[in-house]
Amino acid sequence: MSLVDAASIAQAERDEPLILGSTTLRSRLLVGTGKYASFEQMRDALALSGTDCVTVAVRRVELDRSLRSSSGPSLLDFVDRARYTILPNTAGCFDAATAIRTAELARELLGTKLVKLEVLGDLQTLLPDPLGTLEATRELVRQGFEVLVYCSDDPRLAVHLENAGATSVMPAGSPIGSGQGVLNPNALRILLELVHVPVIVDAGVGTASDVAIAMELGAAGVLLNSGIALARDPLRMAAAMRDGCRAGRNAFLAGRIERKLYANASSPLEGVIGAAHKR
Amino acid sequence: MSITISLNGQAREVSELTTVAALLAELELAPERTAVERNGQLVRRVEHASVALAPGDALEIVTLVGGG
Repeated sequence: MSLVDAASIAQAERDEPLILGSTTLRSRLLVGTGKYASFEQMRDALALSGTDCVTVAVRRVELDRSLRSSSGPSLLDFVDRARYTILPNTAGCFDAATAIRTAELARELLGTKLVKLEVLGDLQTLLPDPLGTLEATRELVRQGFEVLVYCSDDPRLAVHLENAGATSVMPAGSPIGSGQGVLNPNALRILLELVHVPVIVDAGVGTASDVAIAMELGAAGVLLNSGIALARDPLRMAAAMRDGCRAGRNAFLAGRIERKLYANASSPLEGVIGAAHKR
Repeated sequence: MSITISLNGQAREVSELTTVAALLAELELAPERTAVERNGQLVRRVEHASVALAPGDALEIVTLVGGG
């Protein structure tokens, strides 16, 4: 049988869906809706990325009517809820109480119990505050939320978050928007060994190979925003990220060869012309 | 009679006995695209028409925007 028919290809690349609490995703790439040049560009980038799940933020409405077009388009006009799971975040919250209130407002807006929890430590680094994050996780889990927790790549903290009931832990590869990729792959590998809920690398993804690296290490998924939205050509980058995610996931599931110090020839060593016969 | 409340961090005068629903209408905000918190507590959509604002109330009215 030749491997040209679609069914055989699908079989070779078969994968389980990504299950996050009561949500099932086919794509392992999650994409943010921030920082695009326009809603149209955002809409097209999300489509090209192949994602099933997009993040949104919760912010005060613009009260000044002259600055707001009350009948104009807004974000949800460009995000089809029939196509995408919407994952609200608590971005910009610097303490647990504010993050919890934001999650409650998001649940009221969307009717979803899914939330991406962020409790940040400071404006410059946007690193997560580990203690506030753990506190908020506990309270949101108690309130029935399914919490995907943005955190550092500290494996022991991730265990605490899992034990607190997090639906997913989402360690940063590097600081938000920094584009540095997965700076500490060994920390991520250890984290993946210790944590049993889905681990989604979230933050710092700069280009397609960063996504592939995260997936090859065994991450369940990758969440990114700036890497696509601020690329020179966001639509092409969205396609690249989509392919990087699939490539990394297939490579992980395929089982790579070991790294060896010496060579291991790919072509047979015997039968080369001009060689003397062996004794 | 008007009362002073804080709305999204800014002081605002509103008529006494204004409800949350009436305020949203006055601001030309679609209720299904907003969520309201009063004094740190969520005000559910079903309660908007029955919750009257009191002097010194701190209101947050939010919506969904793009983000990562």
